[in-house]
Amino acid sequence: MTIQIPTPQEIMAPALAGASETMVLNMGPHHPSTHGVLRVVVELDGELVVNLAPDVGFLHTGIEKTMESKTYQKAVVLTDRMDYLAPLSNNLCYALAVEQLMGVEIPERAQVIRVLLVELQRISSHLVWLGTHALDLAAMSVFLYAMREREQILDIFELVSGARMMTSYIRIGGVAYELPADFLPTVDALLQVMPDCIDEYEALLTGNPLWLERTVDVGVVNAEDAVALGLSGANLRATGVPYDVRKALPYCGYETYDFRIPVGKKGDNYDRYRVRMAEMRESVRIARQAWERLCAMPPGDFMTHDRKVAPPPKQEITHSMEALIHHFKLWTEGFKPPVGDSYVSIESPRGVLGCYVVSDGSPKPWRVHFRGPSFINLQALTHMAKGRLMADLVALVASLDPVLGEVDR
Amino acid sequence: MDNQTLLKHLRDRFGDAILATDEAHGELRVNLRREAYVAVAQWLRDDPALRYTFLENLCAVDYLGRTPRFEVVVHLVSMQHIHRVCLKLGLPEADPTLDSLTPIFPTANYQEREAFDLMGIRFTGHPSLTRILLPDDWVGHPQRKDHPLVEEEIAFTFNQDRIYAQKPFAKE
Repeated sequence: MTIQIPTPQEIMAPALAGASETMVLNMGPHHPSTHGVLRVVVELDGELVVNLAPDVGFLHTGIEKTMESKTYQKAVVLTDRMDYLAPLSNNLCYALAVEQLMGVEIPERAQVIRVLLVELQRISSHLVWLGTHALDLAAMSVFLYAMREREQILDIFELVSGARMMTSYIRIGGVAYELPADFLPTVDALLQVMPDCIDEYEALLTGNPLWLERTVDVGVVNAEDAVALGLSGANLRATGVPYDVRKALPYCGYETYDFRIPVGKKGDNYDRYRVRMAEMRESVRIARQAWERLCAMPPGDFMTHDRKVAPPPKQEITHSMEALIHHFKLWTEGFKPPVGDSYVSIESPRGVLGCYVVSDGSPKPWRVHFRGPSFINLQALTHMAKGRLMADLVALVASLDPVLGEVDR
Repeated sequence: MDNQTLLKHLRDRFGDAILATDEAHGELRVNLRREAYVAVAQWLRDDPALRYTFLENLCAVDYLGRTPRFEVVVHLVSMQHIHRVCLKLGLPEADPTLDSLTPIFPTANYQEREAFDLMGIRFTGHPSLTRILLPDDWVGHPQRKDHPLVEEEIAFTFNQDRIYAQKPFAKE
């Protein structure tokens, strides 16, 4: 049997015509536990969910269309605004797609910086998920603990890029600036406390009977349905499918890092919780390995040496007329990738984030498309919530972890 | 699984459905006849030696000025054999229709609705092909290249009466 994904109109029409015995309830668009501007049209029989349909598009900003009128470098800032809890992952995906199109070589050190920051981003994103998930199930204190460590990670982002959230730090060809002097000690301090902090969150939740009651056997999805519905990330791995782009189709040298892929068994809320907690521990391990590599590398190599993409260094610009002209041309006109298209997918905190870029040989992309994992994951909501209680729906939305900026793009 | 093995399998089975193939950045791209599209996708999903069960990406591109004008790009992933393949379907401007993948890949549902909403590709056999990101009463498909970027005329003193008269303001 194929899985049905209804539209809001299909659910509302019989109720508006007065032809149904059930009640139709709008959850959202302004509902605190929809984690953004999401409207869920729920058909209820008493407290049981008979059918539901997510209604998306309230945050549609036309990012893909806007990118077509920006040069390749300038489009990077738009990617931040999609998944605003993991801007660095979005930057990375877009940068990798353009780099693949142009065949740019990225220095080893820039790749390590990217891996380190993206893993920190994964931890910070999972911390927001953990805090809000617990908050939705009325566990207030976990939110405060999670925000405490997230603050530390955002301070690191502020240190490297000047911005806490919309960093735009990963650029085409490498990263935007050299790392500041106190970057490595700051990251070290975080990585030292992080494992204990994760223990602390787990102590609050993992064996907590109230938490178990709300999460175990709620929103079960089996592996076959999860793949058919296109679930990815922790949502897919919780069903037992060990698919992680970092292992399957490695990028940025992930094949050289030692890490495991946590998987669940049943695919319920509790498994998703366990998988994400284990993922945070693995991210700490990867970040530690990247940190060790960075300590062993001399500073300097943060951007490609390909002058087609990267501007000349500042000291050269002050001495050479040609370098100055080149810098000016690069920032006003942009660079011209060869005609063609490229697709890259990475493992963002929410799942498989894909970027498809088409170039017509001009300095502006002809078409950019993002495969937003939140957008695709949201389709599974109907399948998971049918026949459950309305209260479970709140837990389920939190457990799927959608970011509405990415859903609507 | 590698590109050449898959290509050989495809040629053996659907030789006349393949219009062109190329390999770029290590990825195999297959241009298909649109009549064979769903059959190829179903075979890629169900054949035990292939198992491309994960539809990762489905999007549409408008190549204005080229024939065929539209192209639907589909990325399928085989989790079992760790391989990704790209299927491309050229669609003419006069008739941008394509059979829907939703009956075999439920995940195509939203992605096809998005391609319909923003690019105007019509997927036959889709259970509910309605707009998803834009409001239902929106006119046009904004990701098409010939969609005007500025919709509203800018009001100055000399033309404001004419412009405001057409706007849906609450009138006294």
